[in-house]
Amino acid sequence: MSTSMTKSETAAPAPALRAARGRIQQFLAFAGLIIIFAFFSVVSPNFFNYGNVTNILFSTVVIGLLALGTTFVIITGGIDLSIGTGMALCAVMSGKFIVDFGIPLPLGVLLAILFGGLLGLINGVNVAVLRLPPFIATLAMMLVAQGLALVVSRSTPIYFSDHPAYIDLSIGSLVPGSNFPNAVLVLAFAAVVAGVLLNKTVLGRYTYSIGSNEEATALSGIDVGRWKIAIYTLAGLFTGLAGVMISARLGSAQPATGMGYELQAIAAVVIGGTSLSGGKGTIVGTVIGALIISVLNNGLQIMSIPQEWQNVILGIVILLAVYVDMARRRATTTT
Amino acid sequence: MTPLLEARGVSKGFPGVQALAGMHIELRRGEVLAVVGENGAGKSTLMKLLTGIHQPDEGEFFLDGRPLQVNGPRDALAQGLSIIHQEFNLMPDLTVAQNIFIGREPRVLGGFLSDNALTARARELIDRLHLPLEPGEIVGNLTVARQQMVEIAKALSYDAKVLIMDEPTAALNDAEVEVLHDLIRRFRSPETGVIYISHRMDELKRIADRITVIRDGRYVDTLDADGTTVRDVVVRMVGREIAAGAGPEGVRDDRPAVLSVRGLTTKTLLRDVSFELREGEILGVAGLMGAGRTEVARAIVGADPVVSGEVALRGKPVHITNPAEAARLGIGYLSEDRKHLGLLLEQDVTANVALSSVRDLFQSWGFVRRGAMRAKATEMVGALGIRTPSVDQTVKHLSGGNQQKVVLAKWLVKDCDVLIVDEPTRGIDVGAKEEIYRLLNELAAQGKSIVMISSELPEVLRMSHRVIVMSEGRVTGELAAAQATQESVMELATLRPEAAQT
Repeated sequence: MSTSMTKSETAAPAPALRAARGRIQQFLAFAGLIIIFAFFSVVSPNFFNYGNVTNILFSTVVIGLLALGTTFVIITGGIDLSIGTGMALCAVMSGKFIVDFGIPLPLGVLLAILFGGLLGLINGVNVAVLRLPPFIATLAMMLVAQGLALVVSRSTPIYFSDHPAYIDLSIGSLVPGSNFPNAVLVLAFAAVVAGVLLNKTVLGRYTYSIGSNEEATALSGIDVGRWKIAIYTLAGLFTGLAGVMISARLGSAQPATGMGYELQAIAAVVIGGTSLSGGKGTIVGTVIGALIISVLNNGLQIMSIPQEWQNVILGIVILLAVYVDMARRRATTTT
Repeated sequence: MTPLLEARGVSKGFPGVQALAGMHIELRRGEVLAVVGENGAGKSTLMKLLTGIHQPDEGEFFLDGRPLQVNGPRDALAQGLSIIHQEFNLMPDLTVAQNIFIGREPRVLGGFLSDNALTARARELIDRLHLPLEPGEIVGNLTVARQQMVEIAKALSYDAKVLIMDEPTAALNDAEVEVLHDLIRRFRSPETGVIYISHRMDELKRIADRITVIRDGRYVDTLDADGTTVRDVVVRMVGREIAAGAGPEGVRDDRPAVLSVRGLTTKTLLRDVSFELREGEILGVAGLMGAGRTEVARAIVGADPVVSGEVALRGKPVHITNPAEAARLGIGYLSEDRKHLGLLLEQDVTANVALSSVRDLFQSWGFVRRGAMRAKATEMVGALGIRTPSVDQTVKHLSGGNQQKVVLAKWLVKDCDVLIVDEPTRGIDVGAKEEIYRLLNELAAQGKSIVMISSELPEVLRMSHRVIVMSEGRVTGELAAAQATQESVMELATLRPEAAQT
């Protein structure tokens, strides 16, 4: 028995050491953000100032909200492709509820968010009950949502011109005497909620369990199907919120938009270190990932680099981020 | 005569642990050398050095008397070292032939694959080895034993001088072990040798010429297999005496039945399976591989659909459609495949121990009480003697025996009345086996009821109060502890069910 401790550690560094490495990785992602930020600050005099930083944060909101919700789905080992067009459909529904039906604003906003939840619920049922692969189920939902957005709106934007309070949800400012946009506060609040859900609740624990080993989780007596439905529904609620925020920012619900946002959101999640094979990921990582994308977009734009090249650079950043993450994992697991 | 393969003073350290220290191994020509040691004794590290995944810190290997430097798995094969790992490295969607010659597919006309040549070469190899395989079969459809054979065929298709097998029989039943041993004997020649790593003490004597015992990364002793008792080996392996353990005491017939299964039938395999499990009883389920033992467990907990049949708990019929419901009713199933179906390998001990009970014990208003979880996990680590530096250790870094205890802890925390344990000691060392046995006995003594499925007959005979035997999806007989012997169980296990019905 006296030798037992050394035996069990044969293949593993001490946990304290590994925990330290985990912290280092989070630090690395954050350091990456800081370096990109510093780079743009040096090369462009117009980059680092209150106005532009606020601008960057503001432009992170929609992708950030979508990425938060989809982080849960990706940690379970799933994927949600419907969040982009789902967002457009929710924006249209918000316009229907508030502009066309005249439903009071708070209730209308709530209904739009819940409508997003309904889309997620359908995804969840398709994945968990009908056992469709998440890629297929949400690909179908992506098309359905896009079509419905056009049908419901008769392919015309719905304008919130008569509802300035709605527009203020995004561009108004709660902080007196400043022009700090509310949208950023919404994102911050949503991120905190997502972080708490993922780290402190039963839902979060099962999210990681399902992603780590779905069958073992089921055989441990956990109703995996029900929790998956809950997780997709949660992603849908974030989609709904994103729909409200994007239509408030634009002052209108644009039915033909949305496609492509899902890939940006997934990119943010992946840059943030969440593994597409499931079981691993953090909200902090996702927020950093979303920020990296908008800092890049903003900085490259300020440097007058054409949109085409911005995409090329973003692609390379995704490759780099995932490669670094995988290299680190290899380094910690080969013993 | 120079040894075929030799390790001289090989040491290898990892951060925080010395995995091998001054290891000596000497494989003579034409022999089967068994290497035994508890989990964590350094066997896997030795394998990884021989495959070139790691390089030794100190010491050297010699092959045929010449210094051996291995630069990776491919290089190991090129130099005549073939290694069969405990976990299969097969592609389940490819055929037998495709798997055997993966990376060395015969080509024609500058790059096109030749299926005919591939099949022919595979058939030639399979025939030479007398294996019951078809080149065109899809590997995923084969039984575990046949998959093992594919691994062996693959290893032997290289011109190996040294064949190293890590736990080759962990998933095999006795008949299949015989086939494997036959293969090994045929492979052995004056020019070749086999290193055979195993936990199954009974078979070492049957196959090995000499036995090298290692412990805590160090060489302990080498014994001639002839004239050595299992006990001699075990004592050196664990460095202490192990109590032989008395057989089970019978459970009186008047104890109430906790779980009654009647006429359980599934679409593919099970036919009319019935048995009763009494309070405080360990019911052994014996049978050959593929007899349907695991399927019975999965059907009871609702992991697989049932065509007909009834399950009653304490006399009340229950309809269980998924494992979540089974767990709610107090039936826990510990799968035979703990890595894939039992554990969250990438997560820590705490998360695994608490997994089944998060909602019952460790939450308030949906928020997880991490402190309570850690406290419970710490308590279980103490109670079950789980050897881990802390409850924050990732379970994939624990040894097999300790992983099994973690799974057991998960169900103990859930406080199930009925535990179905499937191959509870597969792939774990003798010392840890004894502890698992002790725990199961304690649980039964506390009034829990346990169904123990096992391929190791001595284990079934030793642990069970009663034994039911299965063959081809049916229960072919039930034996009280006193009647159960190797012979009586094997007779029932090999019974043709047609005969059993009459």
